[in-house]
Amino acid sequence: MAAISVARSSCGLINGLKVSLRSVTRVKYGAVSATVPQTSLHRSCRWYSVSHLSVKERIDQKRQAALQGGGQQRIEAQHKRGKLTARERVQLLLDPESFVETDMFVEHRCADFGMEQDRNKFPGDSVVTGRGRINGRLVYVFSQDFTVFGGSLSGAHAQKICKIMDQAMTVGAPVIGLNDSGGARIQEGVESLAGYADIFLRNVMASGVIPQISLIMGPCAGGAVYSPALTDFTFMVKDTSYLFITGPDVVKSVTNEDVTQEELGGAKTHTTVSGVAHRAFENDIEALLNLREFFNFLPLSNQDPAPIRESHDSSDRLVPSLDSIVPLESTKAYDMLDIIHAIVDERDFFEIMPNYAKNIVVGFARMNGRTVGIVGNQPKVASGCLDINSSVKGARFVRFCDAFNIPIITFVDVPGFLPGTAQEYGGIIRHGAKLLFAFAEATVPKITIITRKAYGGAYDVMSSKHLRGDVNYAWPSAEVAVMGAKGAVQIIFRGKENQAEAEAEYVEKFANPFPAAVRGFVDDIIEPATTRKKICQDLEVLASKKQVNPWKKHANIPL
Amino acid sequence: MTLWMIGNMAAHSVPSTLKRLLFAVKYSPLQSRCCAVQREAQYSTISIPSEKTFDKILIANRGEIACRVIKTCKKMGIQTVAVHSDVDSSAVHVKMADEAVCVGSAPTSKSYLNMDAIMDAIRVTGAQAVHPGYGFLSENKEFAKRLAAEGVAFIGPDTHAIQAMGDKIESKLIAKAAKVNTIPGFDGVVKTAEEAVKIAQEIGYPVMIKASAGGGGKGMRIAWNDEETREGFRFSSQEAASSFGDDRLLIEKYIDNPRHIEIQVLADKHGNALWLNERECSIQRRNQKVVEEAPSTFLDPVTRRAMGEQAVQLAKAVQYSSAGTVEFLVDSKKNFYFLEMNTRLQVEHPITECITGLDLVEQMIRVAKGYQLQHTQDDIPINGWAIECRVYAEDPYKSFGLPSIGRLSQYQEPLDLDKVRVDSGIQEGSDISIYYDPMISKLITYGATRAEALGRMEDALDNYVIRGVTHNIPLLREIITHPRFVSGHISTNFLPEVYPDGFKGHQLEADAKRELLASAAVLYIAAELRSAKVLGTQRVASTPVECSHWELCVELGEERQDVEISKSGTVYTVEMDGAKVEVWGALNLASPLLPLTINGTQRMLQCLSRDAAGVIVLQYLGTLFKVRLLSKLAAELNSYMPEKVSEDTSSILRSPMPGTVLYLSNLEIRLQKVRRFV
Repeated sequence: MAAISVARSSCGLINGLKVSLRSVTRVKYGAVSATVPQTSLHRSCRWYSVSHLSVKERIDQKRQAALQGGGQQRIEAQHKRGKLTARERVQLLLDPESFVETDMFVEHRCADFGMEQDRNKFPGDSVVTGRGRINGRLVYVFSQDFTVFGGSLSGAHAQKICKIMDQAMTVGAPVIGLNDSGGARIQEGVESLAGYADIFLRNVMASGVIPQISLIMGPCAGGAVYSPALTDFTFMVKDTSYLFITGPDVVKSVTNEDVTQEELGGAKTHTTVSGVAHRAFENDIEALLNLREFFNFLPLSNQDPAPIRESHDSSDRLVPSLDSIVPLESTKAYDMLDIIHAIVDERDFFEIMPNYAKNIVVGFARMNGRTVGIVGNQPKVASGCLDINSSVKGARFVRFCDAFNIPIITFVDVPGFLPGTAQEYGGIIRHGAKLLFAFAEATVPKITIITRKAYGGAYDVMSSKHLRGDVNYAWPSAEVAVMGAKGAVQIIFRGKENQAEAEAEYVEKFANPFPAAVRGFVDDIIEPATTRKKICQDLEVLASKKQVNPWKKHANIPL
Repeated sequence: MTLWMIGNMAAHSVPSTLKRLLFAVKYSPLQSRCCAVQREAQYSTISIPSEKTFDKILIANRGEIACRVIKTCKKMGIQTVAVHSDVDSSAVHVKMADEAVCVGSAPTSKSYLNMDAIMDAIRVTGAQAVHPGYGFLSENKEFAKRLAAEGVAFIGPDTHAIQAMGDKIESKLIAKAAKVNTIPGFDGVVKTAEEAVKIAQEIGYPVMIKASAGGGGKGMRIAWNDEETREGFRFSSQEAASSFGDDRLLIEKYIDNPRHIEIQVLADKHGNALWLNERECSIQRRNQKVVEEAPSTFLDPVTRRAMGEQAVQLAKAVQYSSAGTVEFLVDSKKNFYFLEMNTRLQVEHPITECITGLDLVEQMIRVAKGYQLQHTQDDIPINGWAIECRVYAEDPYKSFGLPSIGRLSQYQEPLDLDKVRVDSGIQEGSDISIYYDPMISKLITYGATRAEALGRMEDALDNYVIRGVTHNIPLLREIITHPRFVSGHISTNFLPEVYPDGFKGHQLEADAKRELLASAAVLYIAAELRSAKVLGTQRVASTPVECSHWELCVELGEERQDVEISKSGTVYTVEMDGAKVEVWGALNLASPLLPLTINGTQRMLQCLSRDAAGVIVLQYLGTLFKVRLLSKLAAELNSYMPEKVSEDTSSILRSPMPGTVLYLSNLEIRLQKVRRFV
């Protein structure tokens, strides 16, 4: 059974690679265009290979050639598409003059289809790799070069990426991939496929050890998509990047659907519908600048604590506006982002997946300078209930934070799990279990604030005391109960005439923080205005938290 | 908190002088925010402890005026009762009052105008008197009558004075009889549109149409022809009906280029009456006051006395008691005409308090209890100059102010400045909703001279932090620094004359632009440098970013400019266009306020947002400017980035401001404007 499915999926993968290349060919860039006669640069390549130049001169010439990538014409074509070149991207991403390049002299080793000719050799091949600094902090980077064979992945290309990934693992520093590739290099055949697999393996081995970030800045199709999918965060550039397994042509031939590249795998699709990408940015420059900002939040590896940056925001700042933020009517919505912005340092919140499963808000912020992960139900969307997508979104975020020692602050206002056949058939049970699993296994400091509703199983799930929450607070507006008054009364007082009176009794008893507080399920009922101060104090104490889960090969999260 | 700030400042700015520390502390974001109770009111406190007035007063109002009244009550040792609608249950006036009663749901007709509920609240709480504030029931004779019937004191004039002055036609007849100058024109009750047109034609255009029962500019429309008269009639009568339950209208000659100057009067129940000098309220938009001052630059002592004496004559003619305002239109030859009398406390009363030292609310309470006035006309001084700006939640770029709504995510009043008074009824976290007046606060500054008061107002506006709603500070700051305003050459047409194409924000001159760009660049660099400041021991050492010279490209609108910045110690030198700008300041990246010393001049800027892509929004000289900063490399590469086509909105009809759809005609949606007071 397993063998069959593996075979089938690998088959699909190969198909995907072929297809992606076909689509690339169609649009007249990528692998095939590499056979077009080259410019003077490559004539000179031919020339120096037969002349008697000193080694030093040859080094210089190779370096010059590597810096030119696919040549001036292709660079101009790249710019015309509104895209930057691989090297320009690296320059923008890293601190000035911090880039240390590796494997500038690596060339592909393919000898078929005329690829062995000098004019088809490009020093560095179709990827730029190396290490550098972002705000002084170490990072490893690879940037695929679309001007060389459409950024297609050769054996050498993969080898270069693997090398820096291995180095990143040994020293413990994040890897950022800037993806802009037409797909596999068809001329190299299985060599290219092996290259993908080598990268996948390293992505998996590095997962949870060093943060891995993918920024999709051009096409990324077929098997290639699985590398970004395996990394911790995938960002996209609007209008110029695509991610799909099979392109629109194959979709048409297989399922007879008419769909454009943008609809099938554009930034909008992946940030709003599929949840594949975590955020999208307007253009290359904004994407890279935002990536720098994002990087500041992350620790270098799982051996490092969450970074602490100098903060100008006082840790004991009171936030009086929170005292009136939760509306009096428990059915009325408010914006959880207002609470988050008011509490975190400098109102600076880097939201992850802001347009997908909006009923849960996740993202990074700082408290007294220290990076924290924020999870919050969003009452503004679907009353903040948990459903399949929001559970998966939340679970993945929580697991990232746990893997990288980032404390988790959870704001709870959840009326429960979303009912309905769509949810049940879709497997809300196993998907909801992911979020439960993630919170339960997390050993980083966990602070929970119940702002209003914490109903039913969803109360348990949302980083409750029972799942080893370190500090659990309730605001005076909190209601911890099995369900809302109306539903509860219909069950407890079935048939009773005066439902309104029964409801009032239930509200009096349960629609307040006391039932949870008297049992010690919340540690304290706090004034909302003091929330920031309390969290900062708690994080200070919890910085030395040590908690170890029982030894296991790995847990079996309900995937 | 303060200690923490000092420590923190010192940590990353080594040579800190005492002055600078004080500066940092002064602008620390941690200072207590809008706590109405803490405010020190700038009016006299000559209360006579032995003088017993009331034990408990109910304030039949909301917002800043309710808070204002409660403050004086507290000073006089009187218990206070607030009334509120359900959405206002956590409003500041409710928190300030000793007791609070909910009188209905959000719409004013269901709560603040709901006499039954308010009468119940009076009974339940045992309040002995009611202060109505302004608007709502303040000039409602029915309400005054019902109070009288229950033996509850109404802190305001007697019913007959409200009735006499509340009716625009009757008030003019009385004024004429009292030998008060009145506007030439025709007074009459108007029943139909055609009748309105006929009257208008008799008077001659332009004419002004408004609800008889409405105060000031509320519901006032100016018609220049028959068609506009019909339209004005339709809207005014509808508004009159919905706001006052009284659809009568008034049509009169509209005087071009007038000044609006009003006299504050104060009278007791013993036939004594005083005039407390004038207030100049000529700066108006759509007939609603924006900036007021006392005294007026225009009046000479003779005219002032003449106006004051006529105002007192009128007050005496209707046996007026309590505080009231007689409004005049003054033409360029200093002829003045009676406009109307407001039988209540005015919104802009604080400026009179500032220059006379009287607490008008206290005087109203005393008079209501039946005490005689404490002062004689000779006791009433003009001490210095006071200016009031009405800070509204509205967008000044749309016809000088269309209401906006929202939640005040950050709110900080400039209370740490000397001689600044802020009357407000909101605090951080409050909602500005469509139900009520969008006024955020009244910002009052005063000084020995007008120039001093104006200078303080500039500072106060620059130090006022309002986030979450669009506000009119850009416009206010432009008005008070405009040469025409500064010279006192104003009229009620000031705004349309000065800004014929609408308000466009502060127009930067070359020097100011350099200051702005330099400030933005400094902020950008400070944020960049801070990004590299990772604390604690690190397993992999960071490379310290040791840079003291940067080359940036700054974009403001369509303009792009290269700047060079060098930092030595805490001083940044910014070079552009061959000119140098020196910027120095305690850069607290968490604070909305950005106090900088630019070329030796202290400036208060505000930072509204700062994003990773280099966009910084600064408030500079009142106006918001969006500046984008990129490194030279990023700016070069930015030229390859495609222009994104903005969404096509030509087929979408958007409401320019929040409102309620009242009716649909000919597939056209007309939006009734949100109601406001004058």
